[in-house]
Amino acid sequence: MRFSIYRYNPDTDEKPYMKQYDVALEPADKMLLDALIRIKSMDDTLSLRRSCREGVCGSDAMNINGKNGLACVTRLADLKEPIELRPLPGLPVIRDLIVDMSQFFKQYHSIKPYLINNEPPPETERLQSPEERSELDGLYECILCACCSTSCPSFWWNPDKFVGPAGLLTAYRFIADTRDQATRERLDDLEDPYRLFRCHSIMNCVDVCPKSLNPTRAIGKIKDAMIRRTV
Amino acid sequence: MAFAKRTFDAVVVGAGGAGMRAALQLSEAGFKTAVLTKVFPTRSHTVAAQGGIAASLGNSDEDNWHWHMFDTVKGSDYLGDQDAIEFMCRKANEAVYELEHFGMPFDRLANGKIYQRPFGGQSKNYGGAQATRSCAAADRTGHAMLHTLYQRNVRAHTHFFVEWMALDLIRDADGDVLGITALEMETGEVMILQAKGVLLATGGAGRIYASSTNAFINTGDGVGMTARAGIPLEDMEFWQFHPTGVAGAGVLITEGVRGEGGYLLNKNGERFMERYAPNAKDLASRDVVSRAMATEIKEGRGCGPEADHVLLKLDHLGAEVIEKRLPGIREIAKKFANVDPIKDPIPVVPTCHYMMGGVPTNYHGEVVAPVKTGPEAVVPGLYAAGEIACVSVHGANRLGTNSLLDLVVFGKASGDRMAQFIRENPNHKELPKDAGDITRARLARLEAATSGERVQDVSNDLRRVMQLNCGVFRFPDLLVEGIAKMREIAERAQRTYIVDKSNTFNTARVEALELDNLVEVAISTIVSAEARTESRGAHAREDFQKRDDDHWLKHTLWWKEGSRLEYKPVHLKPLTVETFPLKARTY
Repeated sequence: MRFSIYRYNPDTDEKPYMKQYDVALEPADKMLLDALIRIKSMDDTLSLRRSCREGVCGSDAMNINGKNGLACVTRLADLKEPIELRPLPGLPVIRDLIVDMSQFFKQYHSIKPYLINNEPPPETERLQSPEERSELDGLYECILCACCSTSCPSFWWNPDKFVGPAGLLTAYRFIADTRDQATRERLDDLEDPYRLFRCHSIMNCVDVCPKSLNPTRAIGKIKDAMIRRTV
Repeated sequence: MAFAKRTFDAVVVGAGGAGMRAALQLSEAGFKTAVLTKVFPTRSHTVAAQGGIAASLGNSDEDNWHWHMFDTVKGSDYLGDQDAIEFMCRKANEAVYELEHFGMPFDRLANGKIYQRPFGGQSKNYGGAQATRSCAAADRTGHAMLHTLYQRNVRAHTHFFVEWMALDLIRDADGDVLGITALEMETGEVMILQAKGVLLATGGAGRIYASSTNAFINTGDGVGMTARAGIPLEDMEFWQFHPTGVAGAGVLITEGVRGEGGYLLNKNGERFMERYAPNAKDLASRDVVSRAMATEIKEGRGCGPEADHVLLKLDHLGAEVIEKRLPGIREIAKKFANVDPIKDPIPVVPTCHYMMGGVPTNYHGEVVAPVKTGPEAVVPGLYAAGEIACVSVHGANRLGTNSLLDLVVFGKASGDRMAQFIRENPNHKELPKDAGDITRARLARLEAATSGERVQDVSNDLRRVMQLNCGVFRFPDLLVEGIAKMREIAERAQRTYIVDKSNTFNTARVEALELDNLVEVAISTIVSAEARTESRGAHAREDFQKRDDDHWLKHTLWWKEGSRLEYKPVHLKPLTVETFPLKARTY
């Protein structure tokens, strides 16, 4: 199988280049990550992040034939050759397929991604009905792979000001949680021309999410909550 | 090579469930704490835990911690330390409620309480009917827990050193642990992190087997560090093979599938677990189910053209239950097995999953090792919690959903104990002159080598030997042969080289350093396994098929130096209740 992989090592390379690899795959090599591990065993200078190899840790997000995805859950059989692999777009490249995710996590941290409830907790659990709990489905499952935010043109232009789809999805995860008491502060924080309102519903985030989550819908619900509180 | 030095009150190595729970205690107590992690915290392998966390909340059915304790002692095949098991089971409810208060999105029952599901080895009334004890967030409990703990640490302003790999412990002549050496992956710089207390929470090392549910990062780094520092490893022969890894891929399918009512079939469509465990059937303990599956396959009743797996049937649960309670499993089955479990069964095989052994600790998380005065003297300054630690609550076999519980209970306990130690020892001891020498030697060898063995070849061979020579069933001749082969592999690991000598994010160097740790884990495992001439829990010898309490009711200790073995007694006395006496173990 033929691959074309973005290579850049700041220690040795003046500028990035695409390197071609022709790889004889084994029958057990089903996913893109399997092929990358095989390539790395031939060329140990190729650097990438990977860990769980089952789509739950979010390490091996990259741009695969022009679309963001996780290498470990992308089937080789579904890819057109030569398979072109690049680092996630819009973030600084550290080396090869490894990007600097500081900006992405800074935005995630900016929405206060933790439950805020200042009442002393009861002796047992706080109660929540199955219906209330189901409001969190499609929100809490985010794996912070950054496929969504780095496919979003608004995030490319304003990564320092626009929270981006992943952070906003998590913001709504806490707004939607009946146990959280900071909805007003959370909405105040997002009521800003950039933090929330740079989302123009382009929906690239929905298209690429490897967990089939829908940040655009979550963003819409945040906007609804803002409208509701003004009327 | 002079290493720069940074100084902290506490260093926590690893940011999975145990490391992050401990870090929370230390950060909230106001200590200057560094949490090192090879991957961003939410990528730690706790994220892959699926089925639940055990606690006798009794939300669905009557339950209490005594029953949980009995099940855990029995599940351990009586090798678990009953003081530590009592400690864990008594703390379970409080630990789960705390996670809920932190915001963990547990599923709910109609009355608003935390949803619980049945799991293997859980019983009511000391071995009676099936209990319902595992608290679940769909089949993503580990993900929900790990993200919640990370979020809580964000709130507590914990200082994470992301993509740093710990390399070696620093001990002085008194044997006190005074810090670690570590590699910052992005820059390639190696530093000394001096600390009053070091907690190892690096998780498991399932990457010593070719077929494993474990992530690539699970290379036993803390285990290797401990062995190189002259501290023994405990009960390394006990490895859990999870019954349901996806055939060919190794990816985990939660026991929660069987908890929700799924069951296993052989090629004749027979629900074979009825023969092996007439009462608990598919919810017998994991070692029992894995052996039954391996026996079915060995005797020619496996499925598929190679007759090399069995089938996990769950379509009868209906689309609604599968979509609500097991959505992640459906996703995994579709991606890795090409089947939709709403319609078709999933091909599964026993797959290496969990290290019951590890770094010996007491139930405060303090690392203990024998000295002249007794078998369990505290190693000052060193702590371990989570899968790396052998407390031992899991003994010879861990029960499903006890691992997430272990992480938070002992993560918290060790964080508290470290805080106490740091308060009592407010000044850093002086570092020894040879601080960092072990690391310097390892790095110098690797940098100088321009030819030799390829890291991937050696680690692949290591995994193959462990798989073939030290798997679900253990044969005396294969163990002896395996030890010889592992010795060769260890030699080869001393002759590895890497082409990439650059500094920026050099993952080839990381993998070469990880191999040193895999070697210590693998050798300690196979040497300990060859010596234990009985069958207990997950350690099943073909030549000694019975448990032998007269000779083997004891913990193994293995030292790297000379590959030496010693043994120490099991703690049969709990903290406050009566001892659970030895009994034959049937399900």
